[in-house]
Amino acid sequence: MSAVLERYEALKRQAEQTLTARLEKPRVLVGTATCGRAAGALKVLEVFREGVAQHGLDVEVEEVGCLGYCYAEPTVIIYKPGFPPLCYMNVDEGIASRLVTDYLVGGDPCFDFAYAALEPNDVFPTLADYPRGFSEQRIILADCGLINPEDINQYLQRDGYRALAKALSMAPEEIIGEIKASGLRGRGGAGFPTGVKWEICRSKEADEKYVICNADEGDPGAFMDRALLESTPHQLLEGLIIAGYAVGAKQGYIYVRAEYPLAIERLKTALAQAREKGLLGENILGSGFSFAIDLFQGSGAFVCGEETALIASMEGRAGIPSHRPPFPAEKGFRGKPTVINNVKTLSYVPHIIRNGAEWFRSIGTPSSPGTAVLALAGKVVGTGLVEVPMGTTLRTLIYDVGGGIKNDKAFKAVQIGGPSGGCLPESALDLPIDFDSLQQAGAMMGSGGVVVLDEDDCMVEIARYFLEFTQKESCGKCTFCRLGTRQMLEILTDITKGRGKLEDIDLLQEIAEDVKAGSLCGLGKTAPNPVLTTLRFFRHEYEIHVKEGRCPALMCKDLISYVIDPKKCRKLCDACVGSCPVEAVYTRPDQLKAIDLEKCVKCDNCLVTCLPLYQAVIKVSPPLKVEGGQDK
Amino acid sequence: MSRQVTITIDGQQVTAAEGDKLLWVALDHGIYIPHLCGIREKEHPDASCRLCFVEVEGLPNPVTSCTLPVKEGMVVRTRSERVDRLVRTAFELLLSNHRLSCAKCGKNGRCELQKIAQERGLKLKLTRMRSLLVEKPVDDSPEKFYYDPNRCVLCGRCVWADREKAKIGAIGFVRRGMDRRVAAFWEQPLADSPCIECLACVEACPVGALVAKEMKE
Repeated sequence: MSAVLERYEALKRQAEQTLTARLEKPRVLVGTATCGRAAGALKVLEVFREGVAQHGLDVEVEEVGCLGYCYAEPTVIIYKPGFPPLCYMNVDEGIASRLVTDYLVGGDPCFDFAYAALEPNDVFPTLADYPRGFSEQRIILADCGLINPEDINQYLQRDGYRALAKALSMAPEEIIGEIKASGLRGRGGAGFPTGVKWEICRSKEADEKYVICNADEGDPGAFMDRALLESTPHQLLEGLIIAGYAVGAKQGYIYVRAEYPLAIERLKTALAQAREKGLLGENILGSGFSFAIDLFQGSGAFVCGEETALIASMEGRAGIPSHRPPFPAEKGFRGKPTVINNVKTLSYVPHIIRNGAEWFRSIGTPSSPGTAVLALAGKVVGTGLVEVPMGTTLRTLIYDVGGGIKNDKAFKAVQIGGPSGGCLPESALDLPIDFDSLQQAGAMMGSGGVVVLDEDDCMVEIARYFLEFTQKESCGKCTFCRLGTRQMLEILTDITKGRGKLEDIDLLQEIAEDVKAGSLCGLGKTAPNPVLTTLRFFRHEYEIHVKEGRCPALMCKDLISYVIDPKKCRKLCDACVGSCPVEAVYTRPDQLKAIDLEKCVKCDNCLVTCLPLYQAVIKVSPPLKVEGGQDK
Repeated sequence: MSRQVTITIDGQQVTAAEGDKLLWVALDHGIYIPHLCGIREKEHPDASCRLCFVEVEGLPNPVTSCTLPVKEGMVVRTRSERVDRLVRTAFELLLSNHRLSCAKCGKNGRCELQKIAQERGLKLKLTRMRSLLVEKPVDDSPEKFYYDPNRCVLCGRCVWADREKAKIGAIGFVRRGMDRRVAAFWEQPLADSPCIECLACVEACPVGALVAKEMKE
């Protein structure tokens, strides 16, 4: 065994020894990533800590990252000898105190509150017994929510940093060969082969080289990078150090959004621990290879996720993209060859080095090996962070992993790839999720954001919403993106307000195609995708808006009116009257309620209030004419 | 001196130094390609105006000629349906945010927008696009010139001239997106900036944004 591996084994043994006594005790793991905190995880944590202290229990209460079950946060896992490890979801303070008294003090695991067991057993189903668990295959999310991100020993105990030790015993070219053979493609969106990028950088003669982890996750609704940083930061560090060794860099950076304070805190802790263990810094594991990692906090612009803009912003210039080539791998940060990889891409690296390229290729599709990490959001029951093999169909993703559409509504479209992705209709549900299939369909892998839309979503408004985001985030450098997206937004706004003309739809299509073909950087090139795909698959919705002044999904505020159906309204109820902020809802002489259209601001309050009662408040489109302030 | 190569532009054979950017090679041989932001001396082109598209045999899509190094045997067409369409849209987009009153403009007759319109048969008025122009105040503070941001096309030639030729650094790009504009630090009037009124920027401006005052009468 090489000296490097021996050093590693010693570290691992040490970690195991430190942990053994603790792991034998009952343990409570509370998911306190940003998502859990937003749902109240810190209060739940407090209840466990206080309960344990109050009852004088010998129980470890630990903070862990995110399991990915967004809809069921906060999540808690309890290990207690004699029971399978159990996962509880939607835990509030009440449930937490019950778990303390009944389970930790008593011996009743409160199966009513439990969602699943983590290990196969005779009494309770495991995560894998659910459709979601069955369809998922976790590689880089595998440790998320199960280990304490601030304890390097827990990562080491699970064979963490073994890939680094192995890599340091290999020649850099061998590592690049392995990554190339694995077919790993960049998870930042474009899907460029990672090994090829590394090879280009390695082949350049330069006194300095850099590797940068792009953690400037900016897509609305995408949070997989944040979850990885907050849940298993060492996995990323390991991948980054291996990348540095492979391309011949001595310095690495993590470009992380300043808007991710918890991720930054946990990264800092992880960096300090890795340095202390000799896994980072001078002469790593006695191999002679030295590597430093520094954090760089992004300055807020969405376009800084584009690699040339990212470099500009690190060099102290405005975060504005420039023409490629030269590609950063040839001439990047400070003019030196620079590899820029996404958080997810680098997180796969340790697994590939440890298990081999063949193993990685056995998952996913031939052209897109491995898994896809997706943020499932929108009108789907089980929102969350999921990891499925590439090639999984959208149908499996939405109906098995996601549990189907909320409130038994009808599926309309799925928007995949973030704000620059495309909207695909029902006919695309059997499309496999991989880089090439999605691109062919007009969408893209992008960051992996998946927004499910139902019958209540207007496709024109959805296109307008996403375009508004990209238009605002345009840096303004190139003509097509600065002005073209604005022209498109003006047209879309007109259509959603009922001012559109038929020829506007063709013009929208023309400008969208030109912006896609003519823009300088990826932001402009992809910004028209939501418009082009909705025009392709839902053109009739555009036409109904223009020709009939009607929004078929009853979503565009200017094209609807709120009315009360007197047949459903009840004389003795006035919940809607109280809910109206502008006193538009009034009581008619016959005690039924009605809405003064002139006063109504279409805030939706009365409809939401009446929904569980009588469903008497309804929306109609086209809007009713206002006559003398009374609805007819 | 670098190797000489022979390329074909619109059927015409021309020789040029390998690696030179196609835009300048074409212009040097009297073949016009629309352009606004291109600066010959600049090593890394901005490629921001998106007007200099050409078709190159073997490349799937039109490319900007300002960024394309010439190679032996390259076959280029400066016009095609796709090129014309992109150029027309980019041109009209620029016009949609440009004060269109040529008769009252100090650069009337010497404006590169007018030249592009003439060369490519494009109209100097808005036919398809909406006007996006939000009138901004003209900076009349310098003695020798004035700056009309409503006529600026954000080509960046003034910024380059100010920094690289005049070596002053009085102006730069500020703000983002639709608000991007050329201005002095803190958007103060040019007269209060380090500007020495050398007129390097005025000379560089292809349109009526920076205009010498004696021209104004």
